Amino acid sequence: MPQSEGAQAPVLRLCNITKRFGALTANDGLSLDLARGEVVALLGENGAGKTTLMNILFGHYTADEGHVEVFGQRLPPGNPRAALGAGVGMVHQHFTLAENLSALDNILLGTRPLWRAGLRRSAARARVLELSRRFGLAVDPDARISALSVGERQRVEILKALYRDARILILDEPTAVLAPQEAEALFATLRKMVAEGLSVIFISHKLHEVMAISDRVVVLRHGKLAGTVPTAGTDRHQLAAMMVGAEVEAPEVRPGQPGAVRLALRGVSTPRRGNAPGLRAVDLELRGGQILGLAGVSGNGQAALAGLLAGLEAPEAGQMELAGQAPALWSPRAAMQAGIARIPEDRHATGTIADFTLTENALLERYDRPPFARRGWMDWRAADGFTRGLIADYDIRCPGPDTPIRLLSGGNMQKLILGRALDGEPAVILANQPVRGLDIGAIGFVHRQLLAARARGAAVLLISEDLDEIMALSDVIHVIYEGRLSPGFARGTKTAAELGVWMAGGGFSEVTHAA
Amino acid sequence: MRLEAIANPSWSRRLGFPLIALAATVALGSLLAMLAGADPFATLGLIVKGAAGSRFALLETLNRATPLIFTGLAVAVAFRAKLWNIGAEAQLYAGAVMAVLLGTGALPWPSGLLLPAMAGAAMLAGALVLLGPALLKVRFGVDEVVTTLLFNFVVLLLVSMLLEGPLKDPAGMGWPQSARLTPEARLPRIVDGLRLHWGFALALISAVLVWLIQTRSTLGYEMRAVGLNRQAAEFAGIPVGRVVLKTALLSGGLAALAGFSEVAGLKGNLTLDISPGFGYTGIIVAMLALLNPLGVVITAIFVAGVFVGADSMSRAAGVPSYIANIMLATALLNMVLAIQLSRFRVRWG
Repeated sequence: MPQSEGAQAPVLRLCNITKRFGALTANDGLSLDLARGEVVALLGENGAGKTTLMNILFGHYTADEGHVEVFGQRLPPGNPRAALGAGVGMVHQHFTLAENLSALDNILLGTRPLWRAGLRRSAARARVLELSRRFGLAVDPDARISALSVGERQRVEILKALYRDARILILDEPTAVLAPQEAEALFATLRKMVAEGLSVIFISHKLHEVMAISDRVVVLRHGKLAGTVPTAGTDRHQLAAMMVGAEVEAPEVRPGQPGAVRLALRGVSTPRRGNAPGLRAVDLELRGGQILGLAGVSGNGQAALAGLLAGLEAPEAGQMELAGQAPALWSPRAAMQAGIARIPEDRHATGTIADFTLTENALLERYDRPPFARRGWMDWRAADGFTRGLIADYDIRCPGPDTPIRLLSGGNMQKLILGRALDGEPAVILANQPVRGLDIGAIGFVHRQLLAARARGAAVLLISEDLDEIMALSDVIHVIYEGRLSPGFARGTKTAAELGVWMAGGGFSEVTHAA
Repeated sequence: MRLEAIANPSWSRRLGFPLIALAATVALGSLLAMLAGADPFATLGLIVKGAAGSRFALLETLNRATPLIFTGLAVAVAFRAKLWNIGAEAQLYAGAVMAVLLGTGALPWPSGLLLPAMAGAAMLAGALVLLGPALLKVRFGVDEVVTTLLFNFVVLLLVSMLLEGPLKDPAGMGWPQSARLTPEARLPRIVDGLRLHWGFALALISAVLVWLIQTRSTLGYEMRAVGLNRQAAEFAGIPVGRVVLKTALLSGGLAALAGFSEVAGLKGNLTLDISPGFGYTGIIVAMLALLNPLGVVITAIFVAGVFVGADSMSRAAGVPSYIANIMLATALLNMVLAIQLSRFRVRWG
């Protein structure tokens, strides 16, 4: 029926959506139309309101004002089932799959009454196989989810939506977990879907992807519509300017002056932890005055390497040397005493304690040392002074040192972690995803701090899933794949495409570790 | 219906809902009194009068609050570090047994030495009782809710065995009770002629000390950090396992002081009914106080008052004193709900 209404009527219409969380207005009167067979990219910084808007469309949130129309019909608010029934499918950033079920079971889950499960399974199976062939979504329907790679899991999520006859597909940051080649395959799938008349909303903050896949770009800034432009009539610079409200300057990075080896890994292996691979005979040298970038698709051993440097993980085989010596005991405390500053991957779960104040969080790594503690008793006045110093030096925007840190924005939280870690001029800095989820202003701040640390002779290990960030900042780049490390590539000697080959595992077979 | 977190709840919200909870509890109590055929206002009046209407009543309430302050502190300390100690009852009995072992003539010391020795031994015993489950938790990840809960029955049966055997009072006419403590081993009364003993003062001092430890010491900082975010604490180099063990020692020791104080201050000997569930009621006391050690003093007196007042009302009005249990249970549930409501906004649809 929807097809008969003609190509002119929008398949989806968001009208004047407003959503407030307390004092924060996450969406401020946003309107959006989506035509049949169109790919609209929803672009904006983290916190611009993209995910909130899509959650309202899908019925996870209820809008304070405004409404959603699909094929001319109003959707009842706050009802994901109605959205599904109307043909809206969503692939979340964090997958919603049952790990211990097969791909087919995950696709069928919720599509039929429980007491009839198993009936007409073969028909369902044939339909899934047909869909996967038609759209180039190669997945073994009988494989357990836990055995699938991240890219395959994403394909299962998309199949799940297609199986339910989704005519509108929403993809929330789909490429964050993919290698460049996998992202290309995803784009090919999207093009096939569009050719069959489906419509796609593609959420991203990566400009080159938006340019590559979309027909139209909708830019959000601070919950408001910053503009809508046809992709053909714009470029990356204009989009970036719309995103942040000003022209962006790329940081200019001059090569560093490599110094002595601060930390070395010699044939280090670490045990596997659940789905996360351990390191496999890794050789690595971190030199003072140098930023070493670790590129790779997430879940390829980055966590193991970060855990090793943070003191949470010890080598199972091989040796770690700090300033030429192997540490006797290895723990987070030993790592800090050895002069390793640690910026953890997840600032909410690992970096801070949400209900602690800024002061209490600032003290986490030094609460039991003078001047903050003597003979087991805290000196909160010294702690307060220390925190005020950090607030001033790192420009942390907050009501004061006694504020619970959960009330701060991600950027300001990260500034506190940065200040805490960099105080005392560490010899080695582990920066694990240091700018994930930050806005452009905060990203620049963090990068300048890392460059300043390099300039005074610190060895920096930068772990990031963002290849652009790695290539912009690093003096040497290694690629990690299934716990193995590529040789080091000096700055500017490899293109993104060449690194992408390594990220997908190419090149590793020829490498001998003596090299 | 869904809940939305409020980032920074206002004071009217934070105080209003607990007050409504209290009013709802009183309303329910009145309803129950009415069902029992009594005048609700008179019943409530009798409870208040029985709890605080005279000097005798007030002192009785404070006496009853004393063990609840200790067990409430024990639970508050443990829960703050997310160590779910449901075994304060067992630790209380361990402390009571130590008080009897040392206080019935085994140590011929003057009061000034004997009482601290008894208190110290009691704390040690209580600490050791909780150390086992804590070690199992830290080493093997055994759920301490199960182990500490089951320890309550193990220790109670052990005490029963002791009272039928080695600790049985030869002059007790066959009752399962211990010999009486020597006069040197008794906690004196704070004011001559009135029943309130120094155990209450010790409870107040303990509350202040625990508060100081939690807010001013590195151990308190560690305990709060481990309780609020174990992963972040571990990353920051806080020795999480050791902190849990230290918390267990402190918590078990505090609960054991309840047993020491009841035996040496109030009863003078050990029987199997020395605690009508003080260990479990300590959980209510601590939760109502939002785990704040100073708040524990207030909620312990409140809870004790409800019990003492209900007992007295029951004698005067013929309404069963079980009404006290129901009121406390609803008070706890209402308070938990009120705390949620002060932090979250309910959205319909």
